[in-house]
Amino acid sequence: MKHFALKSLTFAVAGLMAAGTALAAEQFIPIPSYRVGPYASGGAKYYGGMIDYINYVNMKEGGVGGVKLTYEECETEYKNDRGVECYERLKKKGEAGASAFNFMSTGITYATMDRAAADKIPLMTIGFGRADAKDGSVFPYVFPLVTSYWSQATAKIQFIGQRLGGMDKLKGKKIVNLYHGSAYGKETLPVLDAMAKKHGFELVNIEVPAPGTEQQSQWLEVRRQKPDFVILRSWGVMTPAAIKAAAKVGYPRDKIVAVWWGGSEEDVVPAGEAAKGYIAGAFAADGKNFPLIQEIEKTVYGAGKGNLSDKTAIGTVNYNRGIVGGIMMVEAIRVAQGKFGKKALNGDEVRWGLENLNLSQDRLKTLGVANMIPAVKTSCANHEGSGYTRFMQWDGKAWKPVSNWIAPDNAVLDPLIKASATKYAQEKNIKPRDCSKEQ
Amino acid sequence: MIYRESGQFKTSYQNDSVIFPIKQDRMFIFALLALAAFVVPMFASEYMLSGILIPFLVLSLAALGLNILTGYAGLLSLGSAAFMAVGAFATYNFLVRVPGMPLLLALVLGGLCAAAVGILFGLPSLRIKGFYLAAATLAAQFFVEWVLTKFSWFTNHSASGVISSPPLEVFGIALDTPVSKYLFTLAVVVVLALAAKNLVRSSTGRAWMAVRDMDVAAEVIGIPILKTKLLAFAISSFYFGIAGALYAFILLGTVDAQAFDLHRSFQILFMIIIGGVGSILGSFLGAAFIVLLPIVLNLLGQLLHGIVSTQFLSNLEMMIFGGLIIFFLIVEPLGLAKMWQITKEKLRLWPFPH
Repeated sequence: MKHFALKSLTFAVAGLMAAGTALAAEQFIPIPSYRVGPYASGGAKYYGGMIDYINYVNMKEGGVGGVKLTYEECETEYKNDRGVECYERLKKKGEAGASAFNFMSTGITYATMDRAAADKIPLMTIGFGRADAKDGSVFPYVFPLVTSYWSQATAKIQFIGQRLGGMDKLKGKKIVNLYHGSAYGKETLPVLDAMAKKHGFELVNIEVPAPGTEQQSQWLEVRRQKPDFVILRSWGVMTPAAIKAAAKVGYPRDKIVAVWWGGSEEDVVPAGEAAKGYIAGAFAADGKNFPLIQEIEKTVYGAGKGNLSDKTAIGTVNYNRGIVGGIMMVEAIRVAQGKFGKKALNGDEVRWGLENLNLSQDRLKTLGVANMIPAVKTSCANHEGSGYTRFMQWDGKAWKPVSNWIAPDNAVLDPLIKASATKYAQEKNIKPRDCSKEQ
Repeated sequence: MIYRESGQFKTSYQNDSVIFPIKQDRMFIFALLALAAFVVPMFASEYMLSGILIPFLVLSLAALGLNILTGYAGLLSLGSAAFMAVGAFATYNFLVRVPGMPLLLALVLGGLCAAAVGILFGLPSLRIKGFYLAAATLAAQFFVEWVLTKFSWFTNHSASGVISSPPLEVFGIALDTPVSKYLFTLAVVVVLALAAKNLVRSSTGRAWMAVRDMDVAAEVIGIPILKTKLLAFAISSFYFGIAGALYAFILLGTVDAQAFDLHRSFQILFMIIIGGVGSILGSFLGAAFIVLLPIVLNLLGQLLHGIVSTQFLSNLEMMIFGGLIIFFLIVEPLGLAKMWQITKEKLRLWPFPH
C-alpha cells in the first residue's frame, strides 16, 4: 500500500512538473540601463522603476496572462556604441526575442533605429524623439509615446501664453531659447520658429556648447536681451549650471521654462537655493500618493526585491517615469496577447500592441496611477498617443504642478511632421504604409 | 620547437626584407586572415559581428592612424576624433549630394578631406613640440565639433543635426547584413594596415622616426621637416577620416557630431598607449583591450546577476577596467605589443630559454 502510494505520488509530481514546464512561457524584456557616467543617477532611478514594476507584475499576477516576465540588464553608459552593442546582445534573448527597447537616450535610439526596423523590434522613446516618428506610416517601429519633443515645445509656448494672460499677449514679446549644443538641443528649433511666426513673438536662439558647464557668457547675453521668458533646453550638468548662472545675472527663475529632461531632482538639488521657482515640463507626475507606488513599496520592497538601493528615491520624478515605462511595456504586451494569444510574443507582435494602446484614465485608475500621465491612445497614424505635457515648479523641497495637461498645437506640428517624415522616407527609400488599410 | 627556424635561409634581398621573415609567422598571419574572412562570417552570431568585431576593426583603424602620428612621427595629437568627424561628414555629403557616387570613392574623398583639415591643424607642429602641440590639436577637436554642429549645411539641414547613412552598396553588393558589413570593414582595414606597415618600413617611415627622436638632428642631416611632419598629419588624418566614415555608416548608421567628442580622442590615445606606441600590432591590441574588455567584464558581471546589485556591478566594471590599465602599464610600460614581442622572442628559443 505504502509502495503503491509512493509510486503514484512520484508519477503525479512528475506529471505536474512536465505540465508545469510545458505551460511556463516567458516574455523577455531587455533593460538597456545606464548606471555609470554623467547621467547615472537619473538612469539608475528610471531603470530601477522599470524593474520594480516588472517584478511587481510578476509578484501580483504571475506575469501577464500567465506569461512570466523576465528581464536582463545591459550597461550602455549612455554611449552610442555601447548602446548598439547592448541592442545586438539582447535582441535575440528569451523565447521569442526582445519585446521592445527603451533606451532613454536620443543618441542610442537614432543609432539603433535602422537595425530595429530591419530586425522587427519596436523602440519606445517615451517623451523624446524622433518627433516625426509620430507618423507611424514611415516609422512603424518607433513609438514616441505620451509626448515628444515637438509637442512639448508647443506646450511650452502655450504655457508661457497662459502665464502672460492669453495667447494673444505673446505678440511682441521676446523669448530666448537656450539650447544644448547637440542633436538633442537643436531638435526643437524648427517648431519654435513656426510657433514664433504664428504668435508673433521674437525668438532668440542661444547655443550652449556641450556639455554646458560654462554658461556665463550665454547668460550675460540673456541679460542683455532682457527676454520675457527663457526656454531652457538642457540636459544633465547643463541644467544646474544654467540655474546657478541665471541666479548670478539676476534673471528670475520663475521665468525659466525647461524641458522635462531638465526637470528632475538631479537637476535642481545641485543648484541649491537658486532653483526656487524654476519651472520644468513633465509628462509623468512625481510623488508617492499614487496607489501603485505605495503598493510597490509595500510588496516589492517589503519582500526585499526592490531595485533601488536608496528607498527615499521612490516617488521621485525619474523613478515615476520608469514606472510609466514599465506600464507602457506591460500594457503593450497585454494588448498584443489579446490578439496573438497568451504566449511568448515576438517584437513584431509587441509592436502591434504598442500601436493599439488604449490607456484611458479609467484604465490608469485600475492600474493605480490615475492622472500620473495623460490618457494614451495610439494608432498607426499616431504613435505618440497623446502629446499632452504638464508643468511643475520647484519650491526648494518638492515639485508642485502649476498647470493642467496642455495639448500640443497640432495645427503647427502636423505639417512639420509630415514634411520631415517624407524627407526621411525619401532619403532611406522607404515606402510608407497605408494607415487606412490597417486596422 | 614552435619556431623551427633551421633551414630557413634568405637567398635574395627581397626575401630578406619581407614583413614577416619567419615562415611560421607568415603561416600564422595567413591562417588568421583566412579564419577572419571565411570561417568567422559563417559561424559567428550577429551579435559577435555587429557588437564585437566591427567596433574592434573600426577603432583599430583609428588607433593605427594615431600610431602613425604619435608613435612613429612623435607628434602628440588630441584631435583624433575631430578628423574622424570630418571624414564621416565629408563622406556623407559626397554620398548624398553627388548622385551616383560609388561608396569607395566617397570614402577616399572623405579621407582626403580629413587629410586636408589635418594638414591645416598640423601647421603649428612646425613651431611647437610635445605637450604644447597636444594643446594646439585640442583646438582642432573643439573647433571641428563646433563647426559641424553650428552650420546645418554639413548635415544636409537635418532638424536634429544628425547624419544618417543612405543605403550602401559596393560593386553591386548591398551592405545591409552584418556579414556584408563585416567583410567590407575587414577588407578596408586589412588593406590600410598593410599600407601602414609598408609606409613605416619605407624611407618615409624612417624620416618620421628620425623626426620623433630628435627633429633638429633630422633637419641637420637633410630630412625636410615641413614635408615630413605635414605628411604625417595628412596620412594619419586620412586614416582617421576613413575610420570615422566607417564608424558613422557601418557601425552606428546614424551619428551626430557629439559621437566624435573629446572622450573619443582620449579613448584612441589610450588605445595606443596601452597597445604600444610606435607599433602596428599595438594599435590592434590596444583597440581590443579598450573596446572589448568592458564588454567582457559586463558579460562576466551577468553571471553574478541577482547576487550583487546591478548598480554595484556597473561601477565595479569601471573600477576593474581602470585597475587593469594601471596593472598593465606597471608590468609593461611599453604596452601590450612589447609584451607580445618578448613572448615571441622567448617562443623562438623555447624550450631552450637563456
